[in-house]
Amino acid sequence: MDLMEYQAKTVFAKHGVGTTVGEVVHTPEEARAAAEKLGGGTVVVKAQVLTGGRGKAGGVKLAANPDEAEERAREILGLDIKGHIVKTLNIVPAAAIAEEYYFSFLIDRANRNYLCIASAAGGMEIEEVAHTNPDAVAKISIDPATGVDEAKAREIATAAGYPADIIDAVAPEIVKLYGVFLAEDATLVEVNPLVKLKDGRVEALDGKVSLDENADFRHPEHAAFADSSAADPLEAAAKAKGLNYVKLDGSVGIIGNGAGLVMSTLDVVAYAGEEFGGVKPANFLDIGGGASAEVMANGLEIIISDAQVKSVFVNVFGGITACDAVANGIVQAFELLAARGEAVSKPLVVRLDGNNAEEGRRILDEAGLAGLERVDTMDGAAKRAAELAAK
Amino acid sequence: MSIFLTKDSKVIVQGMTGSEGTKHTTRMLASGTNIVGGVNPRKAGTSVDFDGTSVAVFGTVADAVKETGANVSVIFVPPKFTKDAVLEAVAAEVPLVVVITEGVPVHDTAAFFAAAQASGTTRIIGPNCPGIITPGESNAGIIPASIAGAGRIGLVSKSGTLTYQMMYELADFGFSTAIGIGGDPIVGTTHIDALQAFQDDPDTDAIVMIGEIGGDAEERAAAFIKDNVTKPVVGYVAGFTAPEGKTMGHAGAIVSGSSGTAAAKKEALEAVGVKVGKTPTETANLMREIMQNLSK
Repeated sequence: MDLMEYQAKTVFAKHGVGTTVGEVVHTPEEARAAAEKLGGGTVVVKAQVLTGGRGKAGGVKLAANPDEAEERAREILGLDIKGHIVKTLNIVPAAAIAEEYYFSFLIDRANRNYLCIASAAGGMEIEEVAHTNPDAVAKISIDPATGVDEAKAREIATAAGYPADIIDAVAPEIVKLYGVFLAEDATLVEVNPLVKLKDGRVEALDGKVSLDENADFRHPEHAAFADSSAADPLEAAAKAKGLNYVKLDGSVGIIGNGAGLVMSTLDVVAYAGEEFGGVKPANFLDIGGGASAEVMANGLEIIISDAQVKSVFVNVFGGITACDAVANGIVQAFELLAARGEAVSKPLVVRLDGNNAEEGRRILDEAGLAGLERVDTMDGAAKRAAELAAK
Repeated sequence: MSIFLTKDSKVIVQGMTGSEGTKHTTRMLASGTNIVGGVNPRKAGTSVDFDGTSVAVFGTVADAVKETGANVSVIFVPPKFTKDAVLEAVAAEVPLVVVITEGVPVHDTAAFFAAAQASGTTRIIGPNCPGIITPGESNAGIIPASIAGAGRIGLVSKSGTLTYQMMYELADFGFSTAIGIGGDPIVGTTHIDALQAFQDDPDTDAIVMIGEIGGDAEERAAAFIKDNVTKPVVGYVAGFTAPEGKTMGHAGAIVSGSSGTAAAKKEALEAVGVKVGKTPTETANLMREIMQNLSK
């Protein structure tokens, strides 16, 4: 889960990192009140969206007084920044910035440890700096067994080329940011820019934090960060049922077992769909290895309630769960849905293969479910589902 | 022959008495795995009967290793306890630890992987993986042994069900070893580790490599293949249609900006001469052709 700037700064503050959280508002009037509360001086009005490039898109503006804060807020609220509509603003007092730097901790997938990326060139996209001036970007490997202490922090600050006069101030901040990374189970902690203020203090002016959802069991407080208003309603409904679902733009509903097989199913449907005027998958839905009747019913329910869906492709490889059990699950899912008053009204193509496939297919054939077709190869079934969606 | 797992492997199961552990211990035994013990501190000294086979329960991994000479541990404990379970196996110097558990926090994986590296004795496979099977010899994990028998194809995959699918498609040739490395951001055994082992294995003739979106493991594997692998490799990459910024089931399966895309991975593999199929079936057919040519 990615945090918005104000949430990231809240987490920083919790761990003692120097930052200014400011005020969080949702209307122009609240923006004015926030600017007044902050003393009536110059403030920065910052769009809170989970994407980069806010500044360029006009999502970050200075306001000299509360009147202007209200005006700027009116301009920024509702802006579409790369598909993200601005609904929340962060109002902070304008800072007296002397210099800007870049800093981050992240998971290094290649080396299977942690990586710190730091640069004295801050405020810009770090990818751009790395591309145009690679020598200006320091990449320091962190051993999870030893972590980051004051000495390591000084090594990082020096390697990054931070000016000598801020090393004493920045090293403790780096140690605290590592604390955020570990204690909050973050997969990314990025500060861009990390700034030296004119009074010599070092502060995180912005923050980007991604949290590991696998660690939610030890962070019940992280649930409060979820932005329920941003979630697609179908995704929210699926999540409430414990389903692993991602809404996409196409018209072929997809149910499969196993993340890799479902990803592959989306691709195969998109390829097959090229023949039928660009038919595409409508969703990702992994019902897991178990594929029980109830999970199947819940999955089908979500998919048929998607108005964009014209056909459904159920792609199951019977591995641990045999195909006869999956077939029984599908039959029961039809019954369950009929009982809930949501009978399956869209054509369904089922491909069952693997363990006990023949028995599974026999069960489906005997059940004679309306609108259900059986195609026994993945490629063939994808083609049929795409064809039905194109009708 | 095979990689990492053989008929001589002596396997213990951490979490054997839990529901998943019990189910899969039964299946592993049925497929011929030499399971020499389970670990549960609260049930030490007892034994569990699996369809007529009695398996002893030890209080610690160290005790199990001392008593049985176990050299593989398969871990089914819940995510909360996985880190401690793996650290215990590493401390007991178990050479191969297969972590099946899904949903392990990535910082926990980073910690136990660092410990395994420091030990110099333990290889970890997983977490969030189906495990490893050397058909006809041993099965450490949850890959159904009934899908395919022994043969001369090596298979390495990030995905469990795509592993099963590919084994099924190529069941007529069979496999030396099939290994599911898992789709988490940090995994104990990588495509490269498996490619190296298959390259060195005299009983593997050709290799199927299955990847998916996220990270750059496939790109690095491609660079490795170019310099180190002389056996034919065919590839498959899942996730061409995955949108940016959305996690597709596996914690590591996410396209971030322009990095981690399926197209980039396919391109990298093809650039070093790996044939990449558009669908699992097409990929299997590419391997079929290679195996038929090799047998001529």
